[in-house]
Amino acid sequence: MTTGVTDPFAYHAPATVREASQALSRYRGDAKLLAGGHSLIPMMKLRIASPQAIVDLRNIDDLKGISETDDGGLMIGSMTTYHELITSDLVNSKAQAISEAAAQVADTQVRNWGTIGGSLAHADPAGDLPAVAVALDFQIHASSARSDRTISCDRFFRGYLETALRANEVLTGVSCAASGDGSGSAYVKLANKASHYAIVGVAAAISIDAGGMCTAARIGITGAGPHAVRSRRAERILVGKELTSNVIARAAQRGGAELAGLFNDDVHASAEYREAMTKVYTERAIALAMERASG
Amino acid sequence: MTTGTLIGQEVKRVEDQALITGRGQYVDDLRLPGLLHIAIVRSPYGHAKINNIDVSAAANAPGVVAVFTGADLSEQLGSLPAGWLLDEEATGMKAPEHPPLAIEKVRYVGDAVAAVVGSSPAAASDAVALVEVDYEPLDAVTDAEQATADGAPVVHDDAPGNLAFDWAVGAGDYDAAAAEADVVVSERIVNQRLIPNPMEARGIMADYNAGTEQLTIWTSTQIPHLVRLLFALVTGHPEHKVRVIAPDVGGGFGCKLYLYAEEVICGIIAKNLERPVKWIESRTENYVATTHGRDHIADAEICGTSDGIVTGLKVHVYANLGGYLSTFAPAIPTILFGLMLGGCYKFENLSCQVKGVFTNTTPVDAYRGAGRPEATYVVERMMERYAHEIGRDVLGVRRRNFVRPFKRGHDMPIGVTYDSGNYQGALAAALDKFDYQAFRQEQRDARREGRLLGVGFSTYIEICGMAPSAVAGALGAGAGLWESSTVRVHPTGTVTVFTGTSPHGQGHETTLAQITSSRLGVPMQNIEVVHGDTERHQFGTGTFGSRSLAVGGQALMMSLDKVIEKAKKIAAHEMGVDAKQVRFENGTFYVEDIQEREIPWGDVALGAYWAKNLPDGLEPGLEAVSFFDPQNFTWPFGTHIAVIEIDEVTGETKLNRYVAIDDVGNVINPMIVDGMVHGGIAQGVGQALQECAVYSDDGQLLTGSMMDYAVPTAEDFPTFETGRTVTPTTVNALGAKGAGETGTIAASPAVVNAAVDALKHLGVKHLNMPLSPERMWRTIQDAKEERRARRSAAARRGN
Repeated sequence: MTTGVTDPFAYHAPATVREASQALSRYRGDAKLLAGGHSLIPMMKLRIASPQAIVDLRNIDDLKGISETDDGGLMIGSMTTYHELITSDLVNSKAQAISEAAAQVADTQVRNWGTIGGSLAHADPAGDLPAVAVALDFQIHASSARSDRTISCDRFFRGYLETALRANEVLTGVSCAASGDGSGSAYVKLANKASHYAIVGVAAAISIDAGGMCTAARIGITGAGPHAVRSRRAERILVGKELTSNVIARAAQRGGAELAGLFNDDVHASAEYREAMTKVYTERAIALAMERASG
Repeated sequence: MTTGTLIGQEVKRVEDQALITGRGQYVDDLRLPGLLHIAIVRSPYGHAKINNIDVSAAANAPGVVAVFTGADLSEQLGSLPAGWLLDEEATGMKAPEHPPLAIEKVRYVGDAVAAVVGSSPAAASDAVALVEVDYEPLDAVTDAEQATADGAPVVHDDAPGNLAFDWAVGAGDYDAAAAEADVVVSERIVNQRLIPNPMEARGIMADYNAGTEQLTIWTSTQIPHLVRLLFALVTGHPEHKVRVIAPDVGGGFGCKLYLYAEEVICGIIAKNLERPVKWIESRTENYVATTHGRDHIADAEICGTSDGIVTGLKVHVYANLGGYLSTFAPAIPTILFGLMLGGCYKFENLSCQVKGVFTNTTPVDAYRGAGRPEATYVVERMMERYAHEIGRDVLGVRRRNFVRPFKRGHDMPIGVTYDSGNYQGALAAALDKFDYQAFRQEQRDARREGRLLGVGFSTYIEICGMAPSAVAGALGAGAGLWESSTVRVHPTGTVTVFTGTSPHGQGHETTLAQITSSRLGVPMQNIEVVHGDTERHQFGTGTFGSRSLAVGGQALMMSLDKVIEKAKKIAAHEMGVDAKQVRFENGTFYVEDIQEREIPWGDVALGAYWAKNLPDGLEPGLEAVSFFDPQNFTWPFGTHIAVIEIDEVTGETKLNRYVAIDDVGNVINPMIVDGMVHGGIAQGVGQALQECAVYSDDGQLLTGSMMDYAVPTAEDFPTFETGRTVTPTTVNALGAKGAGETGTIAASPAVVNAAVDALKHLGVKHLNMPLSPERMWRTIQDAKEERRARRSAAARRGN
């Protein structure tokens, strides 16, 4: 039974990514990066997490800001808050699913503090942004004191609270292509009434050509299984076809097929219900993304 | 009734300026020099034997001042008492020992085992993990019905079969009525366990003065005087040397209505160490260490004619009481449940049996409504269940069975007398706001579009104004339930009102000042309402059961009358007339028809203390004390209407509209009443749609935080459409019935009735709460599956 008081810990607030990475190395995996803190601090108060040190990223200017890349895409610093995503014209115009998902995270207080980088690095199985990362094909940028690299979202989420980040790496930002004419994205979710985490959340990004044929589709699913997954089997049914309601419904039937046997089963929803809702919400996400692509 | 003008006015709450600008003083805001901090070691097991407790590592940890176990304090601490014991002969009432710190056994997750005292909250918290308790886990039982089965784990050796009591009440002859009835409908109705969730969890600070032997305890409670009394009984520390203060209290909803283990632990540790100590409950602790509510499994049966006359109701209940008897626990599922089962209906045959059952769960006691929501849920659910069964409209059936309007008492078969009621009137007022026929059309149209709409009603009644002491005492109360007041007029004419009620957010300071201002003609800013301090105010009962105005307000009225009567004598003497000739209005004493003879309130107040010209034999001063013991409960009522929409594909259920007509008698401050109604509806709808405490079989609380237990928020609700009818009570001169619990009592059946209405065409007859998306989805799936099966069977027969 916890009293709401954390174990003792050291606190660092470096000004550069290099120093942050060095701090991670120094504590040999027993330090945690602090972004918005809305997942980490509750875990520390419950003493589920008791790191020796906290490395606060708030003073690192390189991690902040939203900008347009040379090829017209989006670059988002990892310390960008949900609130900044929701209110950014750039994000709203280039990747609507991001702001749509951010707007559905928890409550105002959390959205004022929580960050896109924190959400992705924490990789909560029911987090909203991981589904969007998968659907929008995020390139995830990570740096250590020695090197920088870019990780594709398809290889980023590895398991329950587990990502491809190394112990000494700092997630510095994400980039993705902008949705142009004929493309659209959407995020819809069935929220847990208590936490507002996704019981099931589905993000879809759809592109159609002038003839109404689907030229590309990516679908990301969160909440349903141990980590965010891409539903390639649903995507395959869409690509190369005209997206009639029949086609969408057929694709939705394959939504989350990758999670067979892996659906979460807990006090909030059974595996059976999650499986059924994954299909329903896949259908809704595709339909909404397609509407935006056509609009 | 009044000379002033503030009664019935929407006066802004005088409490709010301080509270919303951060100047409130809750227990955790209080500081004392040399303060130590307590953290409690709690059981991680639902049920376990304690073989040994080794505190040495904790005691030697940095910053730790002392560690106490139950054995260490057993000489100084008795058993925590149950303050309401049912008749032993009739019910087999068992009240097992409840040690404040468990000694031999733990009986629920969160049961207190040891107290660590540290120089800081962190030092005490860090050492909790160092207390080594050797537990021997035992089989646990968390379900009340299963706990009564043969071979179930035994929670208390002296309560065989885990039965705390087996209580019955009835009227007429239910079995005969059922035998003669055209229709008998039965249903198992579960009223799930809820976690109260006040905004402020509990907190305690205790300080002992070894010189005066005075012990002061600040605690977040609804009942400071009862805490002091019970504290004295449990610890043997003399009552007059204990001062209990309830500073600002951030909500309670009933869960701060008891003597808790931590209150005696903190008090005795402060005394032992001769140092002030503080314990602040974390939210995680609050979920397991503070009482829960509801948790009934009811088997209900209703009977009647095929044309809509209900003739009887039978209800058998397993009431989960948790691991120990909390202070008022035995009263909640019995008196406050069984006596309510007549509802606002005429039927004369009633049979109710309630088994109170110990389980390995957090103790269950009052939660806003306390027994009455459970009863109303059964009655209102079964009325609609019966109406559906006979194919009649739910409103028509209700109207046929309503008790007719009455102003001065109506005897119910169960043996209680309702004070005043007009159930048809409240329903009519609700239907003024809600066009029932238009809704039925909208519902049909929506169904054609694949949208599921439903409407549900709750024509509820409640027992409030706790309570006539002799009646309560005969039913098991261990304390009187009257209320007291003091009105102290100061020489300048300003007034201090002392009340024994102890508000925790309801706005008593405003409401009682409005009454005082109206009676004395003194402006609000010249009136101070003092509460929540046993040293400043004589014994009082506290705040619960919508009693503060109906009982405490009347106690205030009596003191005001006494003060006015004395003031009139002083004024009459001054004016040279007989006191009978003196009128008092808007703060002025005058003699009718003699314009020049008038004396303002302030002059009389000053005269009372100056005492140079008082009538012979009249004592100086202007102050009065009153104790009011009501002759009956009050019986508020009303009609609530819920409209819900269900997503047929996902099962998500949304409240579209909510209409509430409440009759709480006369209203002092409509804005405050509206606030209480709104909050109550939110809690009642919260129970219907989303709140549910879930235990695993071994006694772990699976919904142990706000991440897992769905407390509703503003985004879950439409704007409530509220209104009132006014049928004053005759129990007190204010005519006020009490308004604190209407919403929680009325709302849950209205919402569930609406959901059943939405799914009726699929053959759905009943739904258990909460109406979670999955439950609704599954219900719809099953109903459709059943319909398909029926159709194909019919088709096969056709072939």
